[in-house]
Amino acid sequence: MSAIQIIPIEWYLWLSAALFSIGVLGVLFRRNAIVILMSVELMLNAVNLLLAAFSTFHGDPRGQVFVFFIMAVAAAEVAVGLAILVMIYRNTKTTDVGFLNRLKW
Amino acid sequence: MIQYSWLIPLLPLIGFAIIGLGGKKLSKGLIGMIGCGTVLAAFALSVGVFLQLDGKAHTVTLFNWIAAGDLSIDFSFLLDPLTSVFLLIITGVGFLIHVYSTGYMHDDDGFHRFFAYLNLFVFFMLLLVMGSNYVIMFVGWEGVGLCSYLLIGFWFKNTEYNNAAKKAFVMNRIGDLGFLLGIILIFVTLGSVSFDPSQSGNAFSMARGLGHANHATMELIAILLFIGACGKSAQIPLYTWLPDAMAGPTPVSALIHAATMVTAGIYMIARSQVLFSFAPGAMEIIAIVGAITAVFAATIGLLQNDIKKVLAYSTVSQLGYMFLGLGVGATTGAVFHVTTHAFFKALLFLAAGSVIHAMSGEQDIRRMGGLKKKIPITHLTFLIGTIAIAGIPPLAGFFSKDEILAYTFENGGSVLWLLGIIGSALTAFYMFRLYFLTFRGEFRGTEEQKHHLHESPKSMTIPLVVLAILSVVGGFIGIPGVFMHDAHWLHHYLGFGDILTLSHDTELMLMGVAVLVAGAAIYSAWRTYVKEETLPVEDEKELSKTERLIFNKYYVDELYDTLIRKPLDWISDKAYKFIELPIIDGVVNGVGSGVRWVASVGRHAQSGNVSYYLLAMVLGAVVIVLVKLW
Repeated sequence: MSAIQIIPIEWYLWLSAALFSIGVLGVLFRRNAIVILMSVELMLNAVNLLLAAFSTFHGDPRGQVFVFFIMAVAAAEVAVGLAILVMIYRNTKTTDVGFLNRLKW
Repeated sequence: MIQYSWLIPLLPLIGFAIIGLGGKKLSKGLIGMIGCGTVLAAFALSVGVFLQLDGKAHTVTLFNWIAAGDLSIDFSFLLDPLTSVFLLIITGVGFLIHVYSTGYMHDDDGFHRFFAYLNLFVFFMLLLVMGSNYVIMFVGWEGVGLCSYLLIGFWFKNTEYNNAAKKAFVMNRIGDLGFLLGIILIFVTLGSVSFDPSQSGNAFSMARGLGHANHATMELIAILLFIGACGKSAQIPLYTWLPDAMAGPTPVSALIHAATMVTAGIYMIARSQVLFSFAPGAMEIIAIVGAITAVFAATIGLLQNDIKKVLAYSTVSQLGYMFLGLGVGATTGAVFHVTTHAFFKALLFLAAGSVIHAMSGEQDIRRMGGLKKKIPITHLTFLIGTIAIAGIPPLAGFFSKDEILAYTFENGGSVLWLLGIIGSALTAFYMFRLYFLTFRGEFRGTEEQKHHLHESPKSMTIPLVVLAILSVVGGFIGIPGVFMHDAHWLHHYLGFGDILTLSHDTELMLMGVAVLVAGAAIYSAWRTYVKEETLPVEDEKELSKTERLIFNKYYVDELYDTLIRKPLDWISDKAYKFIELPIIDGVVNGVGSGVRWVASVGRHAQSGNVSYYLLAMVLGAVVIVLVKLW
């Protein structure tokens, strides 16, 4: 247990926060649908990292169990998301989300 | 018979409904029969009521109409001698005019509309005189005003006629306000608006108890009721609508503006005699206004050139006499004059209509003349009417006018009596002027008109003859005690209790003066218009200043325009510009544009832009987290 506490928990926090922020910014500012999906994965993984870190630091295995759940959900979500992406590509011949603006006032 | 008296107003109402709904689908003959038939049936019932009355007052209650707290008003009819006299006049003369109209309006497209309105008018007028309380009277009052508007503006495609109709209605309404305030004050002071003698707390019995104590209130009630009468019966200052009302067809002028509607004011005051007996100040005012109106209108009649306008001003003048009579205590005399005036004025109007019919629509007497031989029946009946109105014995007008003048001499003072005599002289003069210019001398019209001159059909001449006979013998219902002891039948019948204490010699002298004055006026008219063959001038500019003032009706209409209509127009205009448009329209339109603005802002939430939606999601998540932390 003491070995893992050589690296302070704050470093894990900062790293996770940075990864999460990069993921959010990627979702907001990138036009390519595949990149947006990748950014969503990035956010999920940032959370996974933090969960695993806290779970080790407190010796509580429940955090790591929750990481398994998140990974399973992320996999399913990516499958569906990519399926939608492929259908959109087949209809609009592009992956640029800027072109998906028909449902407006 | 009396218990069926509710049929009397109902029959003309049914006539109105049938003709109004049937309209052009019914033949003119059928419409004429229904229209005249309902009034004839009403007349027959009125005769029945008259015979059965026995000098007493009978009440026929139909149903309880208004019951609100202290106020309980029955829809019931009061039949007493005063009512039955008016019933006979309205239905009798009304029937004759209906028959006349079948001939006069025969070629008119609106024949069915005319008879529908006429029947409706008769209904309302009957309601007015039969009502047992002031509210029913007011319903009839307003109703005849409405029918007057509809009938004056009968030929509605002409804007001038429509304006005349509006003028009549608005002036009536001004008077009606006074009447309504009077009724309200009666209810507040006396606790009841009913004058049904069989009801215990009715207005008149309360007045007998409270009248002496509340002198000022009774005066106020009397003045307010008189204002109502001024509007309806065309006294100064609410008289200018009547000459303009000549825009309507001649039978309308005969029925409404001579024989019936304009006498509603006199009926109302005669009915309210109990209230007026506690208001001597108001009686004085009524007498003065009546006398002044009588002379004032007569002077205008001297210079008018339209045959109907002369008769219109004559009507205003004669109504003035009736009010003079009411004011000096000659209530019987006033009602007597209503009766005789109905006969000869309706006769004169119908005969004038016959003349206009013969002259292919011409109404200017400067274009007439020499009609005596061409339209003999019309000529003779018109002459009889003229003699009657001038007050020459033994025709009807003499007895009624003389009774009013006698009471004026005794109760009203010499000034009012003098005004009455002057009015008499003027009446005789302008009526004979009218007669001479229309029927004597050489024909002054166009060749075309001369060619078409013809006597009117029987449907028009028979009513003329009947009315002429009534004008001759109608006066005998009221022979004064001077000639035959206790002969004044109408006085006994109506039972108003007017008393005259002049000596027989004085009465005979007054009569002599009146006849002499009238005779002198007739001679003067004969000299001017027959012997010297003067004709009224063609161009207004040839008149002297005074004559032009009178010819232009003393510019009273122009005065009302400046004093009342222009300021009201100005206020109306300013209200439109500064209140209606910016504020009211602004609020209503503002609500609309407000909603549009909200929508225009809100619709951006549906931009269709995926990145925008993602941003919204992120922001939402942030907000939830922040809320959770705090």
